[in-house]
Amino acid sequence: MNWIAVTSIYKFEMARFFRTMTQSFVSPVLSTSLYFVVFGAAIGSRIQEVEGISYGAFIVPGLIMLSVITQSISNASFGIYFPKFIGTVFELLSAPISFIEIVLGYVGAAATKALFIGVIILITAFFFVDITIVHPFWMVLFLVLTCVSFALFGFILGIWAGNFEQLQLVPLLIITPLVFLGGSFYSISMLPPVWQVISHFNPVVYLISGFRWSFFGAADVPIVTSLFAIAGFTALCLAVIWWIFRTGWRIRQ
Amino acid sequence: MPDIVEIHNLRKAYSDGFEALKGVSLNIKKGEILALLGPNGAGKTTLISTVCGITTSTSGSVKVGGHDTLTDYRAARAMIGLVPQEINLEPFEKVISTVRFSRGLFGKPKDDAALEKILRQLSLWDKKDSQIRALSGGMKRRVLIAKALAHEPRVLFLDEPTAGVDVELRRDMWEIVAGLKADGVTIILTTHYIEEAEAIADRIGVIAHGELLLVEDKDKLMARMGKKQLVVQLTKPVDALPDILVSDAVTLSADRTKLIYTYDTRAERTGITKLLSDVATAGLVLSDLETSQSSLEEIFVGLVKEDAA
Ligand SMILES: Nc1ncnc2c1ncn2[C@@H]1O[C@H](COP(=O)(O)OP(=O)(O)OP(=O)(O)O)[C@@H](O)[C@H]1O
Ligand SMILES: [Mg+2]
Repeated sequence: MNWIAVTSIYKFEMARFFRTMTQSFVSPVLSTSLYFVVFGAAIGSRIQEVEGISYGAFIVPGLIMLSVITQSISNASFGIYFPKFIGTVFELLSAPISFIEIVLGYVGAAATKALFIGVIILITAFFFVDITIVHPFWMVLFLVLTCVSFALFGFILGIWAGNFEQLQLVPLLIITPLVFLGGSFYSISMLPPVWQVISHFNPVVYLISGFRWSFFGAADVPIVTSLFAIAGFTALCLAVIWWIFRTGWRIRQ
Repeated sequence: MPDIVEIHNLRKAYSDGFEALKGVSLNIKKGEILALLGPNGAGKTTLISTVCGITTSTSGSVKVGGHDTLTDYRAARAMIGLVPQEINLEPFEKVISTVRFSRGLFGKPKDDAALEKILRQLSLWDKKDSQIRALSGGMKRRVLIAKALAHEPRVLFLDEPTAGVDVELRRDMWEIVAGLKADGVTIILTTHYIEEAEAIADRIGVIAHGELLLVEDKDKLMARMGKKQLVVQLTKPVDALPDILVSDAVTLSADRTKLIYTYDTRAERTGITKLLSDVATAGLVLSDLETSQSSLEEIFVGLVKEDAA
């Protein structure tokens, strides 16, 4: 294992992130604050409580998940797509490293960035609402696993994408709807029965539910199911990465 | 001592079925400068890319420093530096950070003194904190060289390092190459400029249509090239070469109307005066004189044409 190479990729990617500091931090803070104003204050004043939790606090886990998932995917997909696009990928291919090291560097950096943003949103949330985290260990575990698994997914997306449209299309057409319909802003039990059934096919529901459980101790679906869902998704992404590694798909001609 | 690069029967077919390398075998000696000449699309970049691991080969084997580039790729690639034909750089990165990244990627621990030496050697030290987009084309090319040298490779591939570069920078580049050779680095460069190959290479290879047509010491090639021919057209055919003219340098043409005299332009005496007086002594009457010289260019064009036919 070439750890110097892994940390080089990691540091290089993180440096890019910190260079665009304002962009990286201000935009999530701003959009979270807006969500709180719109959903928490405007709608929350009518809904008041969901499952015994104030609406403003109820949406916090969903908001974090929303940002973390979007950020993990876009960071990782862009991170590996960009070198392909401008041609600097030749250096990765000619270096004495294996695909595993490339994945560790890029996915690690993408997940770290998303984690940063998740934490910032959580801190921002403290300014707006009262939250106590019931299961802090599980909260961190869910957060980290989500960052890693969606960064893996983003990495696959970046390898697959042949142009910028494809790079943006998948998050836009698949991920965003899944996340929005995943119960970020409501409890699944608030939906009509038909939609409750449909929701159970949305993997993001399990993530948000599990994450929310770690905050409030209440969940839409059993916590074990949530854990299996995230573990299954991570395993699937790892399997695809392994296959790409074996075949050199879309990497080497 | 085994050769530092051993390419054996290397074939490469791209996914569209096009065979860009048709069984290339080539050994490169430690410490030499090998220039690869060949027309556009000959397969030069493909050959380099396959050795460096950017493309996969269809069959054949490559060893660098005795390490197979497939089974022992870490050891093989650690020895190689590559300067690609295209200028592929991240526009918003600083020179120093992109060079540092290259060193790390090859698994070498951070060593700012080594990087400073490389950047100074390439006259880039002043620009180390500049963003790459703020550099001129020639500087960008030097940044690529700095990145390739950042991990102190033993074998350096330069894919058309002087394409689109002005005369002065070309001279600089030649000096850099000479300096690296003095440090014991083996250098393989591709070029379209024959005079460039003449100026810096120890050996010259010619590649066309995916085949290596020739690899020869530059000096031998130059010696072949330095030969000039004088054709003496006679007014009427002769039965045989007159005794006085018989020598290794003189032959009679098939139609027996021409004497062909081969001489070395770099020799102190060409022997032309003597030849002409001998012709007169033999009682032959000449109607015309013609000289021709075979240049590397001619050899090159001839080889490539022959191959296309
Ligand atoms: N990715 C690819 N897919 C299909 N064919 C390719 C690919 N890359 C190169 N080729 C073909 O392989 C042949 C050799 O290309 P290569 O780039 O090795 O030539 P070259 O000798 O470097 O030429 P130049 O002097 O123009 O740089 C060309 O006919 C080219 O069209
Ligand atoms: Mg080329």
